[in-house]
Amino acid sequence: MYVAVKGGERAIANAHAWLAEERRGDTDVAQLSLAQIREQLSLAVNRVMAEGSLYDPELAALAIKQARGDLIEAIFLIRAYRTTLPRFGYSRPVETSEMTCDRRISATFKDAPGGQVLGPTFDYTHRLLDFKLAADGEVPEAPVAEPREQATPHITAFLQGEDIIEREPISDAVPGDLTREPMGFPAGRAVRLQSLTRGDEGFILGMAYSTQRGYARNHAFVGELRIGTVPVEMEIPELGFAIEVAEVELTECETVNQFKGSKKVPPQFTRGYGLVFGQSERKSIAMALVDRALRWEELGEENLGAPAQDEEFVLSHSDNIQATGFLEHIKLPHYVDFQSELELVRKLRREAAELAETLASRETAE
Amino acid sequence: MNTLDSAEDRKGWMSLLACADEARLTELWKNFGVDPDFKFLRAPEAGGVMVRGRMGSSGAPFNLGEMTVTRCALSLADGTVGHGYVQGRSKGKAEIAAKIDALMQTGAAEALSAAVLVPLAQARQAKKTSRASKAAATKVEFFTMVRGED
Repeated sequence: MYVAVKGGERAIANAHAWLAEERRGDTDVAQLSLAQIREQLSLAVNRVMAEGSLYDPELAALAIKQARGDLIEAIFLIRAYRTTLPRFGYSRPVETSEMTCDRRISATFKDAPGGQVLGPTFDYTHRLLDFKLAADGEVPEAPVAEPREQATPHITAFLQGEDIIEREPISDAVPGDLTREPMGFPAGRAVRLQSLTRGDEGFILGMAYSTQRGYARNHAFVGELRIGTVPVEMEIPELGFAIEVAEVELTECETVNQFKGSKKVPPQFTRGYGLVFGQSERKSIAMALVDRALRWEELGEENLGAPAQDEEFVLSHSDNIQATGFLEHIKLPHYVDFQSELELVRKLRREAAELAETLASRETAE
Repeated sequence: MNTLDSAEDRKGWMSLLACADEARLTELWKNFGVDPDFKFLRAPEAGGVMVRGRMGSSGAPFNLGEMTVTRCALSLADGTVGHGYVQGRSKGKAEIAAKIDALMQTGAAEALSAAVLVPLAQARQAKKTSRASKAAATKVEFFTMVRGED
């Protein structure tokens, strides 16, 4: 039950003033600039852009600073800001086959054309704390080699050439947009992918892990993982042609999964897809696994009752802003609700006590 | 400005301006030293563009997430119209981009191109080459271990 209450204005104002002071921390320590956050905490910036569903590194850095490094709070700030922006339009679908890759690896083909390019990865580090970073160390320049001029072809394109993997139906159908219409079920793959890419990384990771542990296992190989920049093109109505309005960094993961074949289709591999803003490797692999698990019906697989196969369960619980809003609202004043429950419990106890007393006196009388 | 070629050229410079580093663009524009009279047809405004991807990189489109874009339109004293569509939320950058777009359709095109567009294109290419060179250095060279027995 909600009732209007007054009071607390002074306490709230003072709490916010203290919050600002705590956010700043010890004033003997230099203040963080947005450029420092953007450049040196770039993976946090990427996560806020992906789950805030707005690509703008400067704004994400500001949100992280304002949220004192609480990334879900930062994502909340970005989501709120996003709603104030007029929508200029939709881009043409980005062509990830034309990506300028910083990193590109395949777990399925050692000699993939374009090669195994590791890029700036944490893989193969020893995960030992580097105390040199605690001091202000100069960083030596990274080695260079002859750059690749051509675009790097997709691994799935080779498999497709052999017809050994399912083909993605080519279409220009207008996809549903969950920022415009509320999500309904079944949501369809387009809306599922939109929902997964902005979903909570921890949740998507947990769901993906559950499929690996046997809850609707789908035997995924990382056919390809690539990170790099792609141009974003948009039709400009007043010009009558499309221009590149931006360049964005993306992480793409294509999984190659098993499939038995059916009466209509010869045995062939199936695919899962992950595409995420920024350098977001764990998230994009997890997204591809969950995408694949959610495709069980379309691929004629059995519903094993696994959580990762349940579209409504996955999509309804993957949004950390919806989840946090509902979860955290229970800490806000519920005085009247609680008062009525308190009254009820007291009454029940009174009645129970009276009953016990009556029974006891009856026993004595007998 | 109605031939296919000129539309292609225009697309090229508008794209270059959209992705340009704001500080560098502003500096080059100031050094060019021309600030034409103009009036806004559409005042600079920041908004969102929904970026789309394709399922499995080649299939049907889906909505990936939004990005910030700032746009404006203006006309010069002689009536030439310029449009600016730039990445991010800078109104100043959109205004400079629109002025350059307009001037590129006038007699100032050649000088402006040399002073602003060429250096921007070079900077963009240099950045791209630098990252591609570092990526190339992380390419794995496999070798096969020779086994001891015959």
